[in-house]
Amino acid sequence: MSDSPTDWPRHRTVAFWAVCIVISVICFQQAETREWIGRFPKEWTFGVADHINVAMNWLVPLLSGPLHALSAILGFLLDVTRDTLAWTPWPVAFCLFVIVAHKAGGLSLALFMAMSLVYILVTGYWDRSMNTLALVGVAVPLSIVLGVQIGILGYRYKWLNALTQPVLDVMQALPAFAYLIPILLLFGFGPVVGLIASMIFSIPPMVRNTILGLQRVPPEISEAGLISGCNRGQLLWWVQIPAALPQMKIGMNQTTMAALSMVIIAAIIGGSDDVGWAVLNTMRKAQFGPSLIAGLVIALMAMLIDRISLGFANTEKEPKPERHAGIFRYPYALAALAVIVSILPMSFFVASLHYYPREWVWDISAHITAALDVFIASTSGALESVKRAGLFFFLLPFRIGLDQAVSPYSWGIEFTPALRIAYAGSIAVGSMLALGLSGSRSGAIFIAVCGVLFYYGTTGIPWPVFICTITMLAYAAGGSAIAGLAFATMIFILLNGLWEPAMFSAALCGAAILIAFPLGMAIGTIAAQVDWVSKAIRPVNDTLQTMPQFVYLIPFLMLFQVGEFTALIVVIAYALVPAIRYTEHGLRSVPVACIEAGHAAGCTKRQLLWWVKMPQAVPEIMLGLNQTVIYALSMLVIAALVGTRGLGQQVYVALGKADSGLGLVAGLSIALVAITTDRILQGLSRSRKKALGL
Amino acid sequence: MSVNVKLSCRNLWKTYGPQEAVEVTRSAAGSGNAAVVMQRIREAQGLAACAGISFDVMRGEIFILMGLSGSGKSTALRCLSRLVEPTMGEILIDGEDFTAKSPRELIDFRRHKMGMVFQNFGLMPHLTVLENIAFPLRVQGIDLAERNERARDMMRLVELDGRENAYPRQLSGGQQQRVGIARSLAGDPDIWFLDEPFSALDPLIRRQMQNEFLHLQSTLHKTIIFVTHDISEAVRLADRIAIMKGGEIVQIGAPREILENPANDYVEEFTQDAREGLMIRGASKADLE
Ligand SMILES: Nc1ncnc2c1ncn2[C@@H]1O[C@H](COP(=O)(O)OP(=O)(O)OP(=O)(O)O)[C@@H](O)[C@H]1O
Ligand SMILES: [Mg+2]
Repeated sequence: MSDSPTDWPRHRTVAFWAVCIVISVICFQQAETREWIGRFPKEWTFGVADHINVAMNWLVPLLSGPLHALSAILGFLLDVTRDTLAWTPWPVAFCLFVIVAHKAGGLSLALFMAMSLVYILVTGYWDRSMNTLALVGVAVPLSIVLGVQIGILGYRYKWLNALTQPVLDVMQALPAFAYLIPILLLFGFGPVVGLIASMIFSIPPMVRNTILGLQRVPPEISEAGLISGCNRGQLLWWVQIPAALPQMKIGMNQTTMAALSMVIIAAIIGGSDDVGWAVLNTMRKAQFGPSLIAGLVIALMAMLIDRISLGFANTEKEPKPERHAGIFRYPYALAALAVIVSILPMSFFVASLHYYPREWVWDISAHITAALDVFIASTSGALESVKRAGLFFFLLPFRIGLDQAVSPYSWGIEFTPALRIAYAGSIAVGSMLALGLSGSRSGAIFIAVCGVLFYYGTTGIPWPVFICTITMLAYAAGGSAIAGLAFATMIFILLNGLWEPAMFSAALCGAAILIAFPLGMAIGTIAAQVDWVSKAIRPVNDTLQTMPQFVYLIPFLMLFQVGEFTALIVVIAYALVPAIRYTEHGLRSVPVACIEAGHAAGCTKRQLLWWVKMPQAVPEIMLGLNQTVIYALSMLVIAALVGTRGLGQQVYVALGKADSGLGLVAGLSIALVAITTDRILQGLSRSRKKALGL
Repeated sequence: MSVNVKLSCRNLWKTYGPQEAVEVTRSAAGSGNAAVVMQRIREAQGLAACAGISFDVMRGEIFILMGLSGSGKSTALRCLSRLVEPTMGEILIDGEDFTAKSPRELIDFRRHKMGMVFQNFGLMPHLTVLENIAFPLRVQGIDLAERNERARDMMRLVELDGRENAYPRQLSGGQQQRVGIARSLAGDPDIWFLDEPFSALDPLIRRQMQNEFLHLQSTLHKTIIFVTHDISEAVRLADRIAIMKGGEIVQIGAPREILENPANDYVEEFTQDAREGLMIRGASKADLE
């Protein structure tokens, strides 16, 4: 019976695992004697990076003509926008912004807007904020127009869609720093580079949402258009696009937030005196007072832009009783006009009504710095020990393994052979227990793999072992195509000589995920059970998710200074939100009928959670894990600013040296890892969903 | 061919699936033996949603296509309006070859000669009721004042006055379908397609709408092709009924003919309910004549 054809895949899997284990054992044995197993020889690497640089050197003079023209046009647009914003008298701009906020989100948003603007004015960040806004203001419309066009083409031509999807994946997963360099080379210095980078980053969500929206237009609506005699253009612009508009507006919101986030990051190349630059500059000089103030400006801008664009996206069309006649039908336009007519002329005569006077700026940064100093001085002892503990007992074992990490200096004990045997024994027992008690094969494999991982650390594991195991895991999760992708990704990293930094990054990310995901799951579970917790954390999550990545650095940098531990915490903080979100959503969207059935069977609250809700929420929680990993990876490069080694740092170094090849290759490595993880976890989630019949 | 024939289709095929199946249909469909062709299409991993359909519809007639879910009614209807391109076959409207029309001619024809009502209404969510009804006129390029006036006429026709500025989602199902009907009539078409127009409505409203439909037709005299899976609806409304099964037409005839002389067991079973209904009501039999 066991030889029936249905058993064949199972046999094959077992056989593959056996091969994998054999290879691993051989490698661990031989690692001492054969150098090349432990460390991938430099001579074997195949420098794609150099080739890219050569290609760039050849390409740049070739393209420089048209690209500089393009750059000039964009630069002109940017200058006009910036000059207009800078010239607009602050009281006029103030009132106009508040009016827009009121239209988008009513009184509360208008008040929030007014308070934020007062803060920005008083702290003296008005001009720099306007510069940032100008960048966003130019990038967003261009991205939307381009994104919609590409989306329409992708909807119309299937082959184009198949072609664009992977490109969009890479565009979104590639760290911005990686493509800043080629853009710099191609377009020359200046704020235009930031503009283009932010467009590259913000076009994908618009394309995706356009395609999605168009695909979701009910066929009957399109048919109704056709039978009315629409030609192609009419069908698209009068029927399909308007019907897809709600989805496209969500895309516009995402595009706007992506553009803002990237504008802030692109400040790193300098050239524009904006808020991102202010944060970066003060952070570099360790002036935490000013950087905190500027960070808050960014945070406020992000929240406001998010709320306003969502507000406009959500305005449902309701038939308005026409209460007012004539011009009073447009109260917002009227108010805006009134503001311009009444304040603008005045501002020509009263200078303080045109440019916000310097004397009115209230510099609180000194106070904040002083307060911070006191706070940090009083807590530094505790913080220091937290940091040491995190580093020695968690991050280091993850990276170099208990084998190396346990020493009298760090742990206060020697890793004696007896301890080693005890460790191996406990892992073995754990695996057995998992297999024996709950019959969970994947649980046993997980414990065993973790045991080996912690013993050798990511950098201590010979590369053939790593590649074998990951490929096998990918195969088990999603079949041969995904295994192939995972394998190709690792070979790409290996051949480019980036294995070691990649392992550093793997340690950092892995450690961060190992904390962020269970923690997020726990919080999400509580939020799913307790309504007030859910209500309390939702706005916090919303706010955190709209925050540009940069902002995360500020508080942790203040508390823990530059270093790897800070990077770890930053990544954890950033990756926590999706874990919370997806867990809560997964648990809360379990069908009511199932829960009632659980109650009817007499489940206690705990049984209901673990036996009824959790199993059904697993696919959604896996998507949460997926997002957690992707968030962690995308934070890598930013975290490199506060000191890590690894791929992120490689990208950052490349930026400093204007080495496009290295930057792109290292960036691409991160992107590929992100895409591979995404495919694996999505595949797992899908198969779980299917198994549950959802 | 009689001058009274408005629309006729001959040996109409629509095959879904791989290119191979489509080619099989093209090469073999002329043979006349539909069962063999369908078998060959199945072997090529294809599906013949319409398999060699032929019928004539007279001017001013209510012709009903009926059959179970998946029997190919909607596909047949969409082939007739060329919302779906037929794989094979001939469609004549007013004696002209409809399948040969160029895209431009097709658009022109649809603007002036065709109207269609959909099962799930197919209303545009971003337009008000009035704008939805005026949509076919807007497509024709008629100016705002005139099209609004004509749309208002249509609204009166379907008794919807007063809801001009509502959006479709604010209306009940019955009201939404009235909008659909008004829109399909706005361009004053000759041929009126209705794809299960009342199936999404609850029984009472459905009955009311059926009555109104008959009333409308008594003044409009359109040529109607109406799809339904409800035999009692078909019997109530039809001049003639075509019963479809698995892509083929198994019987065409007046309601009474079909009820009294079912062509085979399938039709017999299918019409069972209606026949029982008639027996209970008894007197209704006279209505059919
Ligand atoms: N675009 C398509 N691609 C592939 N198969 C299709 C497509 N459209 C319809 N079919 C198939 O053609 C067959 C007939 O479908 P059709 O929609 O015409 O049935 P119907 O009689 O209208 O049924 P219903 O009462 O459910 O509307 C079905 O088996 C359906 O699966
Ligand atoms: Mg149908």
